[in-house]
Amino acid sequence: MILQIEDVLCTFCGCLCDDIRVEVNEGRIEKVRGACRLGSSKIMGHNRIKSPMIRKDGELVEVGYEDAYRRAAEILVSAKHPLLYGWASTTCEALKKGILLAEEIGGVIDTTATVCHGPSIIGIEEKGLVGSTLGQIKNRADLIVFWGCNPSEAHPRHTLRYSSNACGRFVPEGRKGRKVLVIDVRETRTARNADRFLRIQPGTDYEIISALRMIIGGKADSLPEDIAGVPRKDLIEIADMMKNAKFGAIFFGLGLTHSRGRYKNVDNALSLVSELNSHTKFVIMAMRGHYNVTGAGQVLAWSSGYPMAVDYARGAPYYNPGETSCCDLLSRRDVDAALIIASDPASNLPRGCVEALGEMPVIQIDPFENPTTLFADVVIPSAIAGIEAEGTAYRMDGLSLRLRKLVDTEYPSDVEILQAILDNIRRLRDDN
Amino acid sequence: MIIKGGIVYDPANGIFGEEMDICIENGRIAEDAGGEVIDARGLLVMPGGVDAHSHIAGPKLNTGRIMRPDDSRMGTEPRTRVCRPSTGYTVPNCYAIGYRYARLGYTTAFEAATPIIEARHTHEELEEIPIVDKGALTLFGSNWTVMECVRDNDLGRLAAYVAWGLRAARGYGVKIVNPGGGEAWGFGSNVKSVHDPVPHFDVTPAQIIRALAEVNERLRLPHSIHLHFNNLGRPGNYTTAIETLELLKDIKPSRMRQVVHVAHMQFSAYGGTGWKDFESKASVIADYFNQTNHATMDLGQIIFGPATTMTADAPLEYANARIGHQKWSNHDIELEESSGVVPWVYMRKMPVNAVQWAIGLELALLTRDPWKVVMTTDHPNGGPFVNYPEIISLLMSREKREEEMKTLHEVVRSRSTLPSIERELDWSEIVIMTRAAPARILGLEDKGHLGIGADADVSIYNIKPEEIDPSKDHAEVKAGMSRAKYTIKGGVVVVRDGEIVAAPQGRTYWVDAAVPESEMDRMLSALKEKFERYYSIRMSNYMVQDAYLSNPFVVRAGVQPLKEVI
Amino acid sequence: MISGRTLAQGAGCEDKMSPLYINEVSCCYLSEDDYRALGLSDGMNLLLTSPHGSAVLRAGVDKGLPQGIVFIPMGPWANMLTGTDTNGCGMPGFKGVEVEVTPTDEKVLDIRELMLRGR
Repeated sequence: MILQIEDVLCTFCGCLCDDIRVEVNEGRIEKVRGACRLGSSKIMGHNRIKSPMIRKDGELVEVGYEDAYRRAAEILVSAKHPLLYGWASTTCEALKKGILLAEEIGGVIDTTATVCHGPSIIGIEEKGLVGSTLGQIKNRADLIVFWGCNPSEAHPRHTLRYSSNACGRFVPEGRKGRKVLVIDVRETRTARNADRFLRIQPGTDYEIISALRMIIGGKADSLPEDIAGVPRKDLIEIADMMKNAKFGAIFFGLGLTHSRGRYKNVDNALSLVSELNSHTKFVIMAMRGHYNVTGAGQVLAWSSGYPMAVDYARGAPYYNPGETSCCDLLSRRDVDAALIIASDPASNLPRGCVEALGEMPVIQIDPFENPTTLFADVVIPSAIAGIEAEGTAYRMDGLSLRLRKLVDTEYPSDVEILQAILDNIRRLRDDN
Repeated sequence: MIIKGGIVYDPANGIFGEEMDICIENGRIAEDAGGEVIDARGLLVMPGGVDAHSHIAGPKLNTGRIMRPDDSRMGTEPRTRVCRPSTGYTVPNCYAIGYRYARLGYTTAFEAATPIIEARHTHEELEEIPIVDKGALTLFGSNWTVMECVRDNDLGRLAAYVAWGLRAARGYGVKIVNPGGGEAWGFGSNVKSVHDPVPHFDVTPAQIIRALAEVNERLRLPHSIHLHFNNLGRPGNYTTAIETLELLKDIKPSRMRQVVHVAHMQFSAYGGTGWKDFESKASVIADYFNQTNHATMDLGQIIFGPATTMTADAPLEYANARIGHQKWSNHDIELEESSGVVPWVYMRKMPVNAVQWAIGLELALLTRDPWKVVMTTDHPNGGPFVNYPEIISLLMSREKREEEMKTLHEVVRSRSTLPSIERELDWSEIVIMTRAAPARILGLEDKGHLGIGADADVSIYNIKPEEIDPSKDHAEVKAGMSRAKYTIKGGVVVVRDGEIVAAPQGRTYWVDAAVPESEMDRMLSALKEKFERYYSIRMSNYMVQDAYLSNPFVVRAGVQPLKEVI
Repeated sequence: MISGRTLAQGAGCEDKMSPLYINEVSCCYLSEDDYRALGLSDGMNLLLTSPHGSAVLRAGVDKGLPQGIVFIPMGPWANMLTGTDTNGCGMPGFKGVEVEVTPTDEKVLDIRELMLRGR
């Protein structure tokens, strides 16, 4: 029997599109309609890890789930300061269990945000965030700025659903009713859809933003003719575009957070938007990558008070990015075991951190094999959230949505796996 | 369980400090009972506290937490055998909210403002708040569908939408914040009076407020409309307050309660033409409440020190950020609202803050009927709720007020009437303002009193009302009220000697209001178009699912007379 | 050197042992001018060396790039070149890493060889 499921959520990127149509036949997904290439590739699925595995004499050997849970528990109990990392591509419910686990074992919990929009969060701590939901932008924005982000490749449906090409109440004509400005170091696919593309030198975002703030603050005359390689008159023109918009929106990406200046770039951009509100209406939003990286920050914030990099070694939450964030913990060898869930630090962290992972016991929970598997001592395959398991995820604008279960599976969900590990830990502790 | 020998205050049942035993069976107050005996000889016993207006869950809370790691560092308490770790002072984590309310002897707290589209998040946080029963009011004041129904003068469709919205949000009541202003803020402007039209919608705040009030009564909702006035926080706004209340005078309540509850009255009782000649108009407002019977208020008392302002009144937060040179978060919510969060500090030597502090107390002391007043700080806007014992001791002691005023800017004497107020509230009046009145105002029939069948939510304090003189012994009052000797929630001892000993999951209240099917169908066909064209999510993904209320308590209401109450 | 997301990197990123993903993230893109100046052609490889490490990648052209900048889709190869210093904010420098680029006859390692190099 073929089952058509409407309004499915796509669990790929921070757009969290909720209008996907999926055709299920005999418990298998046959067709995906309405998703982008990234989303359909994920929903259609591919090679899975077949069985739990434990590394013996250098090789991963298939074992039962109970053995894997017990081994994982032993690793975590004997560690002095374990790291629980990932969380951006699983449900909020899984992270809730993870936080409980971190509390009980005195571990440190960090999300992939620290190597993504972590600096954006630090910027928000400095300045606050002047934002909105995506629908507000779709209905009102007549100027869209993409700064250091490339939705054409990273968030393919963003422009059509929410931003430059969307139709809304006060912008019924869609793309024609909006101006699009792209600021980047390279001419990306997104830049080719822009009315105006401003190319800047790598690592000069801070200077450019500062110059725009000065122009908007009426101090254009104090600026030199050339700012970090950009003519002043170009920036005056861009500042005018911003001030003359009825509703402007800046979307920014890793171009700001990964470059020289890091959180200061974001801090400056947030200030620019705050100041623009003295002239017109303006909002700003981070283009969050993983579908639930926003939710990971939300769950951590309401549970611990902090949105990432939370260390429970002292019994109470302690937060200090640069000290309790994954990269720093690994490169300083401040952790001695790692549970990696729904992420791939072996690919996405600098080599120096990956080498540290190679020196400690690693537990991996993931539906799929990835380079982190090469370093794992215990591998626990899980159900795919949003396809095989229900749960909650938060879109890049902070809107929470419920993920559906589309097909049955024999794999346990992340929540079930974490609960089983927790049960094993409690049992081990009771035995001692 | 039997609570023996306490001095019981249960003003809803005409008990004003009598020595008596309280029996608890199956989570309710009973005629008699066996089991555990709690020795409360000579101690102050009252129903569990009810907070009718507090910001405890939802996106704006997390916005506050995320932008204020400095605040999270305050109030850190490690995990215990019973408790998860606590953090924060003005924006505590979810666990701290539950534990701290319980330690104060509070057993119920209602979140005051949730946009429908973000209600799922609110419920995710409510689920994580231990011990207390809770609910959330739902925002309707700048909603496109609401404004279109009002413009078309179609109250049938509006009633259907409000009922549907409460169901979608699993909400408890109709909250209106700076009506129309949230929409105007979508393009960076605001509405300046109740008769200032909302751009693009051809309605005025006055029309929105009246229509929602009428529909609220048509739906026989347990709570009245819950209103945050236009022009809140601005000098001279007391005229807006009275003008707005006058709009609602002729509306008949459908239940034994007010027609409008005014949120954090303190922020709307301001005189003056600007900050320089800012002064209290609390006496004018209190007179109005003394002469009318359709409105109730909560105080929104300020507490000196740090606060975090958070409200759906986004233009106000913009102004706060500019005045205070503070970091500013804003969050516009498609088709429904705007909102903002700004950290704040109330300072004793700041003239405006000193007068604000006096206004809250004046309102409580000059309004004759305590049933019209709920003690709140509009947590965390006026300051965190953990300071309620401070307010109680101020209301009970003129001496304490005098001592405090000596530490404040001198304008507190010339620009408020507080120095001349002699009234000192007694325990019954405190119990009314913190228990009985908020429960009645919210329409929580089983709370705020200790009659047979009421929820067994009881607080017992290490205060001997027959030995203590609160007027003089205000320090003891504050200390005693800060750490309940016992807090009993639903018949379970959750606090003993000021420490949490159990953390059961509370209930979440929401209102399911029935409307005629034809009205609902008519409303839904118009609403579907909103989702097709304007919302950024699908209608089928919009409503809060059952999974987000693990322990729901459904209150039935509706257009038709009620056949059954479950 | 800057690193970032691409469509192919994204589409393969939950199937990271697949050739689609591996091919994408082991490619170093140069501007047309730089590509020509280094005398590169189809199938040639580059040795990239940064203060933090080195790696051999395939060479490609990205017309959107200016001279003097190379782009590598985020992944294990790019991260052979990035350092661990976060300047106290938790975020290492994934973009703006100085690298020396030289054509090489060395082959591009397979993912296992690359990851387990030196173990």
